[in-house]
Order: sequence, then C-alpha cells, then structure tokens
Amino acid sequence: MQTSSQRMFKIGIAVFPGSNCERDIHHVLNNILNLRANYIWHTKDRITGYDAMIIPGGFSYGDRLRAGIIAANSPIINEVKRMAKDGLPILGICNGFQILIESCLLPGALMMNNSLSFVCRRTTIEVQNNKTPFTNNFQKNQKIQIPIAHGEGRYVADNQLLKDLKKNNQIVLRYFKDDPNGSYDLIAGICNEEGNVMGMMPHPERASETLLSANRSSDNAINIFRSLISYFDCREPSLSTKKAIVKY
Amino acid sequence: MAQLTNRELNYLKEKLQRVPNRVELDIIGSEWSEHCSYKSSKAYLRLLPTKGKRVIVGPGQDAGVLDVGHGYVITVHIESHNHPSAVEPYGGSATGVGGVVRDIISMGTRPIAILNALRFAPISRGPKKYQAKSKWLFKSVVRGIADYGNCIGIPTVGGEIEFDPSFENYCLVDVASIGLGKRDQLIANKIDINDIIILAGGSTGRDGIDGASFASKTLKEENRSAVQIPDPFLEKLLLEATIESVEQGCLKAIKDLGGGGLSCCLSETSDNFKKGLDIELTKVHFKHQNMSPTELMVSESQERMLYITDESKIEKLATIFDKYGITYAIIGRVKEHQNVVIRYDGKVVAELPSNLFAHAPNIVREVKRPAYLDRLKKKSFELPQTRQNLETILSCMLSNPTIANKRWVYHQYDHEVGLRTLIKPGCGDASVMKLDNGNFISFKLDGNSKHCYLDPYWGMLGCLSEACRNVVCTGAEPIGVIDHLQFGSPEDPEIFWTFVQTVNAMIEFCKFMDIPVVGGKVSFYNETLKGTIKPSPVIGSLGLIEKETWIMQSGLESGDSIFIIGPTGDEMGGSEYYEYYHNVIGGIVPQLDFKADKSNANAILQLIRSNLVDCVHDCSKGGLAVAVCEMAVQGKIGFNINLDSIPNSCSRIDNLMFSESQSRYIFGTREPKKVRELLSNIQGIVFAQIGNTSNKRNDVKFIYKEKQKVIDSTIKKLEKSFNILERIME
Repeated sequence: MQTSSQRMFKIGIAVFPGSNCERDIHHVLNNILNLRANYIWHTKDRITGYDAMIIPGGFSYGDRLRAGIIAANSPIINEVKRMAKDGLPILGICNGFQILIESCLLPGALMMNNSLSFVCRRTTIEVQNNKTPFTNNFQKNQKIQIPIAHGEGRYVADNQLLKDLKKNNQIVLRYFKDDPNGSYDLIAGICNEEGNVMGMMPHPERASETLLSANRSSDNAINIFRSLISYFDCREPSLSTKKAIVKY
Repeated sequence: MAQLTNRELNYLKEKLQRVPNRVELDIIGSEWSEHCSYKSSKAYLRLLPTKGKRVIVGPGQDAGVLDVGHGYVITVHIESHNHPSAVEPYGGSATGVGGVVRDIISMGTRPIAILNALRFAPISRGPKKYQAKSKWLFKSVVRGIADYGNCIGIPTVGGEIEFDPSFENYCLVDVASIGLGKRDQLIANKIDINDIIILAGGSTGRDGIDGASFASKTLKEENRSAVQIPDPFLEKLLLEATIESVEQGCLKAIKDLGGGGLSCCLSETSDNFKKGLDIELTKVHFKHQNMSPTELMVSESQERMLYITDESKIEKLATIFDKYGITYAIIGRVKEHQNVVIRYDGKVVAELPSNLFAHAPNIVREVKRPAYLDRLKKKSFELPQTRQNLETILSCMLSNPTIANKRWVYHQYDHEVGLRTLIKPGCGDASVMKLDNGNFISFKLDGNSKHCYLDPYWGMLGCLSEACRNVVCTGAEPIGVIDHLQFGSPEDPEIFWTFVQTVNAMIEFCKFMDIPVVGGKVSFYNETLKGTIKPSPVIGSLGLIEKETWIMQSGLESGDSIFIIGPTGDEMGGSEYYEYYHNVIGGIVPQLDFKADKSNANAILQLIRSNLVDCVHDCSKGGLAVAVCEMAVQGKIGFNINLDSIPNSCSRIDNLMFSESQSRYIFGTREPKKVRELLSNIQGIVFAQIGNTSNKRNDVKFIYKEKQKVIDSTIKKLEKSFNILERIME
C-alpha cells in the first residue's frame, strides 16, 4: 500500500562525476519504498518540483584535492543550498556528507580516519536525535546495524562547535561501542540547526534489504528513508518553494 | 625496445617480402612479446575445452561471456600485473584492476565485482630485511587495489593470498572481474568499411613504454618507466560513458588498451574483424611532447579505450563524452584491406597485414621433467611425534598468514557498493553476488603453489577441485572456470614442462567435469635474479545459484551436528603443516579421484537443495582441523570433534588433522538422521558425523582415543591466533 506521500513527493539524487552509490539509493527509494526518485546531474542549475535531495556516496572528482571540495562548487549545490534554506530535507551520505560539509551546509570537518586507511565493515550506531526528517521513525537511543565504507570519515570540530552541536541537538547519530575512525565524540551523523539538512558517514542504503545484511537479520537502517515518508505525510506536497519544516 | 629473434625476423621478412622499417620492427617486437602473443603457450591452450551450453564467448576475446538465464549474461576476465607490482606495488596493482575492469567494459557490460589472488614472500618469518620488503609489497598492493576499486565504485568482494619463500623480492598480483549485462545489449562487434575509429580517455604518454616486453623478461632491474600510472577517476568516467553509449546504441565495437598499447589493440581489432585500419598518429592526444610514432604505438598509458562507430552516431557519442568530460580523438577509419596502416602526418610509417601482425610464429619449446621432483617426492624425513603439543600446532597453523583471517585486507576494500554482495568476504567459501534476473553468481579464485611445485599435474587438479568445491559450498553449480598460469621462463625446459603439466591437468579435469574454460591468461618470466617462482596457476571458478534459500555460508550454527564427506589420507606433501610448521618441502601431494570429486560435490548440492544443511565449508589449506576452527570462529560457537570417527587412512594423528586431501566437505546440520539417510542412498559416498557444536558456546575440543582430549581450547584462543594479520601489519 502506498501512502499519499509515496505517490506525490519527488526526491532528487544528485549525481557528480565519480558518484558511486546513486544507483543503490535509486533502487532502495524506487523499488523497495515505491517513492519517486530521479537522478539530477551536477550541472543542473535550476531544480524545481523536488521535495527532498539526497547526495549519495562515492568518490566525486576522485576525491581530488580533498573529499567533496570540488563537488561543493558545482552548479547543483547552489540549488541544494536554496532548497536547504527553504527548509526541504537534504541528506548527504558518506561522500554526500563530505560535500555538505565542504558546501558549509553543515559545520565541522571530515578528516582521514585515524587508522590512515579506508575502512569497510559493519558497525552499530545509536540515534541521538529522532526529531529530524531522517530519524523520526526511530526511538531515541535506538541502535542501527549499518555498514560503513570511507577513508575520510573522522568528524572533527573545535570545542565551541562541539558545545553548540550538543546544545542544539545537532548530533544525530553516534557510533555505539565502536570507534571506526576516531571521530570526535563518536559522531557518525549531524544535522544543521534547523534540522532539515543531515549528513552521515554510514550507508543506510546498504542495509535496507535483509538479503544483503551479514546475518540475514532484519535491518532497520531503511527507517532512515522511511522517516522521510513519515515526514512527508505530515505536510502537503509540492511546497518546494515555501518554508516547510515540520516541528516535532 | 623489444628484440625479435633471428628466426622471427626472417619469418617477418619472408611474409612481408621486404625488409621491415624501424617502426614496424618496434611495434612487432612489442606485439610479438610473450606477454601479448602467447607464442610459447597458445599451441597448448588451444586444447582446452571451451564449449558449453552457457558459453556465448569463450577465451580469446577481452572477456568470456556466459549465459545466466532470463536474457542476462555474465562476463569474466582475469589479468595479472606481476612485473609492475614487484617494482611499484601501488601503481602496479591499481593499474591491474583498471585493466581487467576495462576488459569487462569492452564487452558492453557493467563490472559488478573484483577479486584478487596475491602471492608474497613470508611476512612474519625469515630474515628481517626480506620480511620488511614483503610487508611493504603486501601493504602497497592491497592499498593499490583498494584505492582503485573503491574509487571506481566496483566492490572488491573476495580473494586469496598465499605466502611462500619462492616469491622473495617479487609478488604475484592477479585481478579478476565479473560483469553483468543483458544478452541483447552485448556489444555486437560488427564493423563496416569507413567506420570511425576513436581513441578516448587518458592521454598517451611515455609511461608504461614497452610494458609488455618488460613483462616478457626476467625482472633484473627496476624499470620504472615501464610501470603505468593509475587514474581511477578517469576510469570511472570511461566506465559510465561507455555503458551510457552502449545503452544508447552508439557503439559498434569496443576494445580496451592494455598490454602492448595501441599496437596490440589495433592489430587484434583488425585481425578479429578481418578489416583494415588506417590510423593517423598525430591525431592521438598525448601528454608528452615529441613522442615518436613507436612511442605512441607501444605506450601503455592507462584508462584508454578504442571505439568504432559510424558517422550517424558520432554526434550522440560526442554528447556523452562531453557530459563526462572525456577527451577523445578520431584517429582513423576502417578500410577494406586487412592491413594496419599507421601514418604520421599523412606519411605511412608502418603497414602490416593484421593476420601477420597479430599472430607471432609459435615457438616450440623444449620440455624436460625437472630433476628435483623425484628427489623431493622420495625425500624421507623423520617428523617428531607431536601428540603432546597439538594445541600449539593448531594455534601456529591458524596464525599462518596464508590461513589467517584476511579481514585486515578486505576491510580496506569497499565490498558492498552496488548492493549485490550477498556472501561477503570472510563469511563463506566464495563470493556470492545478486544478479538482476533473480539468480546469484558465486565466484572464487584459488591456487596452491606449494602443491604445484611438488607436482604440477596433481597440484593443478587440486586447484581446480578446490575452486569448484568452494563455489559448491555456497550452493552453486560450477558453470565455468578461468585460469591464470604463472611460471618462470618458458625458455627453461624444466619450467616449461611444469606449464605443460598444468594445462594437461586442466584439460582432463574440465573434460571430465564438463566445465568449460571461458577465459585465461598466461604469465611467464616471473623470475628475479635470485630465482624463479614456484609454478603458480590460479583458477577462478564461477557457479550459478538459482534459489536464494540455497545460498550457504560457512559459520557453524548452534545445535549443529558436524559431518564430513570424503576420506582423509596421508597426503602431506606441500601441506601448510609440512611447510609452515615443520619447514619441510617434499612428500606426496594430494591426488584427485575425479569420480569421487564429482559425486561428493553433487551430494553437497543435493543436501543444500533439500534444505538439510546450515553451513558448508571446504577442507583445503591447513586440513580439517583448520577448517572446523574457521567454521567455529565464523559462527562464534565452539565444538566437540571426535577424531576417531573421521574416515581416514592416516598413519598419524597430526596427519589426520592437517592433511590436505582433496574432495572433502565439512557441514553442519540440524537434521543428522535425514542427512545420513540421503547420503547412504548415494553410491560411493564416504561420510561420517564427526562431532557437534558445543553446549558451552566457547569450548573447543578435539577428542581422540578413549575420550582423551588432544585439544582443549576456546573460541577466544582460536580467534587470537586466527586474527594475527592486524598485529603483523601494524
């Protein structure tokens, strides 16, 4: 059964040269969740009719210079910034998180893992803030089994920023009993002050089908995307140009 | 530049009926190198069985193509990058990945997985200086594969690593890839007169000049200019642009540029299509000034593809290239004649008939059975009685880097991108990938240079059996194999004999099992000044699984009864136990009973399809003791094994535990009665229940005669030994 939002709302998937996970997210949104999601090439400088944006993982521009920095200067990012300002939900996953940080849509920095090498494995994260468009389907402190795959995922912030993040409830996800990359405060995902822009290093799209999970247990990471449906259900479609944050 | 032998030069003159010019000599020299021409090996490779009901394209093309049902095909190829990796391990291994991935793209299919088989000298033993060198090679090769594969977004899903002193100061880097596509979208590969030849991707430079000739010689010096430079980002763009062009029907033929550069690519294309190619070299986009025609022809600069299309599609193609920012150049046209004509500024600098250009005259190599074989086989050695310290031996075996947990390696590889990886590295005997037609493909690379050194024939049969056994363990029926045959210099009759033996083994095995060979590669001259490598063939086995419930992992589950299929014998030659624990090279390697091998595999598949088993694992390196421990560590549950109940003809308990006899499977079941019933009804199957999972999750016990515990350990202790790689590599 489809909710009204699944029929009405449209999600954009930003694609850069070097994006790798766009087809994975497209598959989860369209084929598993029956949402309407389309690819948007990075040169697009005017985006209309979209209700949310997802920036997928990968190696945009081969991680040259610094992960995410070149993509952050693409025409599409101006539109993403406008959508963010309009209060539309924006999610950056892995390289998408790096791009959101380099675009200054999210604060702090992502640096080389403290192991100095790429790490791809399963981990557990804990939901710290369940009042965002991407986490409202979780309980607070709920655990999520989820894969990570990144080389530059160590979240770094100065003391003042860390204080602010805590104060404003911007730390959304933290690694639980695991420290895969040396992130400050075990931060795995944060959001902006308004809560509509979120970045996370782990890959929820890779844990959205039970078939693909390591132990075949049911995966709840798909609730990251389901939260978006719940969020849409609480509002009217196609308000993409108006301020439309639903406060929980 | 590469040298032709006098015989080859005379042959060339005779066929051309003229004296070839300098440029022609240079490009022929590169093309007729062993690496590109297979001049020593092709007479033997021709004898391999390559036909089968699923085979659409067999060996000889960029990649083999297999039908996997419902209009879908799998493409598969294997490459090595041994010489470059030994000199510059990071760039060498990375460009190895790039090369094999382009082969898959050349068929018009999207690569869905990368696997690798690596060989190094020991990293935890021997003189410190060599340890450090092998660790550096190991670390850099893994990093090269990871950085390249991760960046292009193709999961590196599995592999195999062996450490042996014969790879000292050297390494073998084999990379395989599989691709998935629709049968009706396979590149048609039909070209017409006047079609346009396009060179796209990386600029041609002086990097990798004459790499093929470099790889066709003993490694004597660190020839860095022969090593190519990787650019995974460009490869990713080429991949996306090619797939998009294929989907939009813009391409008539695709060929990747690898060993031998433009020269090899053009001669093979012209020869395959029986059409002439007229090329203008000044059109080639280059990165270094004043490159000579020869340099442009033999440069192995990476991330380049050759496309052939016609006038009507060029505009659409240009749009796609522009979208991805790919540099391309129209470098020539297809002609009616069957020559490769190379022009520089309009002037013909080389003109060669492609059937001559692409086919070096075969070399008939001498073969001689090496003297060391009998010496090592008959070698008698007194092994100490080891009853008392079996626990120490087991822990030593588990911490043998060849056997130990490889997660230090695969945690660096993105093995999940693409949402297809069902059996992830470390979870089962082969990698299993989800296809788009509801089926699953299982893929594994295997090799055993220790067995192949002591007996290349039986050793190769073991590799084939092991590779197929591993995909069977995951629930798959083998549908094809690929091979990578790696040896020292073919000019040495004793080495060439070992090559011939492995090919013979492959012919016999594949014919008997009715499994076609769908692709392969030969790499000779794997030698340094210190000596030659052991014969190191690597086999890749592909299996198909038609039902999700048939997919098997290898971890024991609580409540399992543990069974073994297949007898264990005193076949200790080349075993990890002899070589790693006792430091003894010699003895008789495991033999293979073809019939038993086949019926054991069928029995396992029957058990899996009757939903009677929870997990299956093959017995290979380290023997059954190691295999059971791996299953326990994987499933995080202990066990009691009764060694007396194992069907065997062993003279010693340590042989029983660590023998590497072929055709054996260990599995866990919650239906021991039904399993016994089913297996009793199959003729000639040797099997037994050998134990149970432990009630206490952590306890690990091997029991021998009169309930005497020969090993009384814990999962924690096993894990500590098994997870040694991180500690070594820190």
